[in-house]
Amino acid sequence: MNPLMMNARQPEDPAVPRPTEPYGEGVPLAHAVGERPVVMTIRNLRAGYAGGASVLKGVALDVRERAVTAIIGPSGCGKSTLIRCLNRMHEAVPRAWCEGDIHLGGRNVLHLDPVVLRREVGMVFQRPNPFPTMSVFENVAAGLVLNGERDRAKIAETVESSLRRAALWDEVKDKLASPGVGLSGGQQQRLCIARALAVRPRVLLMDEPCSALDPLATARIEELLVQLKEELTVVIVTHNMQQAARVSEYTVFMLMGELVESGPTQRLFTQPKDKRTEDYITGRFG
Amino acid sequence: MATAAAPDRIPSVARGAAAVPGPRERAGDRLFRLGVAAFALLILALTAALAVMLAVESRGTWRSFGFSFLWSTEWDPIGGKFGALPFLYGTLVSSALALLIAVPLGVGSAIFLAELAPRRVSDAVSFAIELLAAVPSVILGLMGIFLLVPWVRAAEPFLTRWLGWLPLFRGAPYGIGLLAAGLILSLMILPYIAAISREVLLTVPRPLKEGLYALGATRWEVVRGVSLPYARSGILGAIFLALGRALGETMAVTMVIGNTPQISASLFSPAYTMSAVIANELAEASSPDHLSALVAIGLTLFGLTVVVNGLARLLIRRLEARG
Repeated sequence: MNPLMMNARQPEDPAVPRPTEPYGEGVPLAHAVGERPVVMTIRNLRAGYAGGASVLKGVALDVRERAVTAIIGPSGCGKSTLIRCLNRMHEAVPRAWCEGDIHLGGRNVLHLDPVVLRREVGMVFQRPNPFPTMSVFENVAAGLVLNGERDRAKIAETVESSLRRAALWDEVKDKLASPGVGLSGGQQQRLCIARALAVRPRVLLMDEPCSALDPLATARIEELLVQLKEELTVVIVTHNMQQAARVSEYTVFMLMGELVESGPTQRLFTQPKDKRTEDYITGRFG
Repeated sequence: MATAAAPDRIPSVARGAAAVPGPRERAGDRLFRLGVAAFALLILALTAALAVMLAVESRGTWRSFGFSFLWSTEWDPIGGKFGALPFLYGTLVSSALALLIAVPLGVGSAIFLAELAPRRVSDAVSFAIELLAAVPSVILGLMGIFLLVPWVRAAEPFLTRWLGWLPLFRGAPYGIGLLAAGLILSLMILPYIAAISREVLLTVPRPLKEGLYALGATRWEVVRGVSLPYARSGILGAIFLALGRALGETMAVTMVIGNTPQISASLFSPAYTMSAVIANELAEASSPDHLSALVAIGLTLFGLTVVVNGLARLLIRRLEARG
């Protein structure tokens, strides 16, 4: 049983991304994915909470540009902690710590000002979290206003283009002034994506963005991801292996705070190198 | 009747089973419902009785002065002339002054305690704040007389030198007066504003704050952009609760305000509040007119608190409706 085989979509469905070349076993990772440059390098990343066991026990990973990297693994394996380290949101939680190396464009993320970093590395959360006191427009404009943008015409232009990129413009263009929390769950999540896109991040982190959404809304977000990776890098945490198989070019499998295996999605799902990966993707545990 | 219809609402499968509440329990439910309804009505009845009692006992004043009682400035119990305006003024100005000082301090410390301070520090300081709220007002009044009034007396010449172009800060530096009353009141209401605002700020959902952090916001930007807007109706509620307390506070105020029924543009001059004049003169009010006038002041104060609370409700509802 393989999730790719179980996938209801036909192979010719354009929404299902396929790596351009088949990657065989034994091909070194860096070589196999050589056509896309690395945007983020993670080495020896450890994280946890003071007084508790560490959640990440030395993770190493290369995040490739303009592609979707999916992180899968059972609950509590540290996948959310991993992406929350990438924009240093993890450290915002009381008693949390994080150490190691995360490089973004030659700079160590852990030494950057989080405020500067987060404008380059955006985030979409598990539950849609539009700001309840703000309208649809203000929600998308929030990041721009934080960046000191005061030119109204420019803000309006960016809000529109961000909503278009998040495939939400046609649905909300007549209710830009109404509260963001008045939208449906799926629309709210796309609003949050538009909000993140408005500050033009290089990398977009998504922490189980569809876990609170129905299948239809999930499908819309997945279609959106296919378009978004044309212009930016996406790292997505997902519980759903089929989702990882559908949307990602690269997949990372984590277990108990360790990165077990990473590689092109097709290869990882069809020819896992590690027994634990195989057990997980064939549904033997997790 | 609800009791008659109740058996029909029980699913037929369950009827007759051991789990179905017996008639005795249903009678108990009914007793409980009637009991708590009676308690609730009792509160309403008490409030109404209070208003009626005040109106009846003060009818002599309203008959002889009418509404001009509210804006007459003369208070001469011996001459039989009664006007409430100086007391209304003293109450409103001392309370406004207290809010002016306590709101920024209280909301500011709530922000510090809820958003910036480590949890352990926050809990310890909050405990101290709640203790401050429990200090009897007469004790605060003593502190006002022995500490605050000398400080105010020392500070007033400096205020006159720097801010003397405002009539508010002119006049003889007695120490005792509106400024001292406002300060002591602000100290009394600060714990309410700080403690409740902190609680409200702690309820701001973490994911919302993270949403703004993720856009590259600083701590202050998150407080201003997410936490305060989310908590605003609760904070406003705290402020109005504090205002209610300030309007009615008697003991601490009467000890430092100077108890002089006059309206002066200066904050340094002695004044009088509604609650203070009732407390001070009631025992010595020998004529029925004097007594009636004091009760009329009580009714005015009651009306003022009702109006303030009503406005607060309206404002909070409008804020909530806006989301």
